[in-house]
Amino acid sequence: MTTSPFPILIIVVPLISAFLVPVIGWWRKGLCYPLVIGALSLSVFSSIFILRMVMGQGTIHYYLGNWAPPWGIEYVIDHLNAFVAIIVSVISLIIAIGSKRNVEQELPEKIVYFYCLFLLHVTGLLGIVVTGDMFNLYVFLEIASLAGYALIAIGEDGAPFASFNYMIYGTIGACFYLLSVGYLYVVTGSLNMGDLSQILPDLYHSKVVLMAFAFFIVGVGLKMALFPLHVWLPDAYTYAPSAVTALVAPLMTKVGAYVMIRIVFTVFKPYFSLELIPATAILSWVAIVAILFGCILALGQTDLKRMLAYVLIAEVGYITLGVGLANRAGLTGAILHILNDALMMAGLFLVVGAIVYKGGLRNIHQLRWLHRKMPITMAAFTVTALSVIGIPPTCGFFSKWYLVLGAINANRWLFAAILLISSLLNAILFFRVIENVYFEPARYAHNGGIHEETSRDEAPLSMLIPILVVAAGILSLGILSGEIVSNIIRFAVPGDL
Amino acid sequence: MEFILTKYHYWIYIVLMMIGFYAMIGKRNLVKKIVGMNIFQTAIILYFISTGAKRGATIPIVEHGQGGAMHAIHAVHYVNPLPHVLMLTAIVVMVSTFGVALALIIMLYRRYKTLEEDEILELRK
Repeated sequence: MTTSPFPILIIVVPLISAFLVPVIGWWRKGLCYPLVIGALSLSVFSSIFILRMVMGQGTIHYYLGNWAPPWGIEYVIDHLNAFVAIIVSVISLIIAIGSKRNVEQELPEKIVYFYCLFLLHVTGLLGIVVTGDMFNLYVFLEIASLAGYALIAIGEDGAPFASFNYMIYGTIGACFYLLSVGYLYVVTGSLNMGDLSQILPDLYHSKVVLMAFAFFIVGVGLKMALFPLHVWLPDAYTYAPSAVTALVAPLMTKVGAYVMIRIVFTVFKPYFSLELIPATAILSWVAIVAILFGCILALGQTDLKRMLAYVLIAEVGYITLGVGLANRAGLTGAILHILNDALMMAGLFLVVGAIVYKGGLRNIHQLRWLHRKMPITMAAFTVTALSVIGIPPTCGFFSKWYLVLGAINANRWLFAAILLISSLLNAILFFRVIENVYFEPARYAHNGGIHEETSRDEAPLSMLIPILVVAAGILSLGILSGEIVSNIIRFAVPGDL
Repeated sequence: MEFILTKYHYWIYIVLMMIGFYAMIGKRNLVKKIVGMNIFQTAIILYFISTGAKRGATIPIVEHGQGGAMHAIHAVHYVNPLPHVLMLTAIVVMVSTFGVALALIIMLYRRYKTLEEDEILELRK
């Protein structure tokens, strides 16, 4: 075990700040934002420090209150945790900076409560990532979800109803998760993940364990919007305020994917879901349907935000496909895609936030002239879109490359073909938007188009810089993805795959 | 019959859970949905509590006050406290979910003046 306080600081700092925000906001509203930025920066700092520690000396065990596991709660941080913790803390910091103007414009009188919920949501997500205890994970899952319901409900017309539906589905998911924790507790008497993975192999033929696994997959599938369980997502993410969508969309589904990887490959040994029951085969078929479904339905949308929500469903499909393939290349692709997709979704939704801030029009057909109005934002959008499609120098290419490689290694040529088809569908999707942005004016110029709209009206610097950081991150992480895979993800993939 | 009678607490929780699940999915009234959600969560709490229950057992404290004769040293003699502790947390989660749900319902009622799902969907067109 370690006595270094950083594993707990990641969570405690945003949690305490979340409660300080209303107190300080009551005294002076303007101080909330610096407090949020300070707390998130400390989380980023601790998570980077932890990753360096993990890379230096291997897995870190932190015992809460010095109670040794399996009796006490233990925080376990290995390469996978540390990697996802950095993604969550860095993306939430970027979103907090980038969405400041959106919050001031859309929710002027609710800034204090917004930042309180923002920090609680991030606390929940970080808690899910660092904990090594099944029940503790449930509690953090509910903290993140409850803050998420409230955040989504403050949106435009239709948001409360979407949030209500999300809450019903989310509660079913969380209860299924809780029930499976109960089943595992009844047969093993333990709630510690490491302990469970030691005890469970002798019980793999028990019906109770089988049911627990099934409840896990359905519960986590509901939380991460895996295909047949995605119904709540498009409405909730479309009607939420832009700042909220930019926070929730990149992170909540990715953390759900992390939980799935953790359960399928750490709590249960890989051979349970590979050989004893055909779970991974079923998962990969579901994922394939999710990818096609998300891409095809996205084609039918005219609202940019709703289109991106359907793209997100397809992206969740990619990660699940990597889990379902359950070989080294596939899982590497899945873990790398957690990073890449978090970046891409953060970039896309930040751009949507900037467009809404400057004009309020989200309809794809009303985006014309934007290349003159907001040239830098649109350039960043194009880079991000190219990454979603999977064009080589951007990071999206590399995770898809590993996924295709995994499909080929597993002799699933159909999956490889569908991955390529989905890239084409993504190309159609995003070039439809890019065409509207860049090439439409030429057609309208003949009819004496509206020239006053062509004046330059770029997003403010506080939005532009995060957008550019994300775009630069997409390009540079694409080039560095070899380093990431060989230094971090290689150790995150279980050895017996 | 034997199978049902010896495991009756499991049957109770399954029946309750299915009632709640049906109300959440099948009912069109939002308040009924929330009531269903509560029944659903309560069923899971009952399940956890019933796994810790033991006939004739005492609390897990080694030395009783008031000169009690029975000392709970062996696991057979005391009730497993862990499920109860877990459920205390789960009840807190349940209550806060319930609170968020009620707040959402108030928002919905103020906006649409109805709590029937069909009517809200009709109004939103």
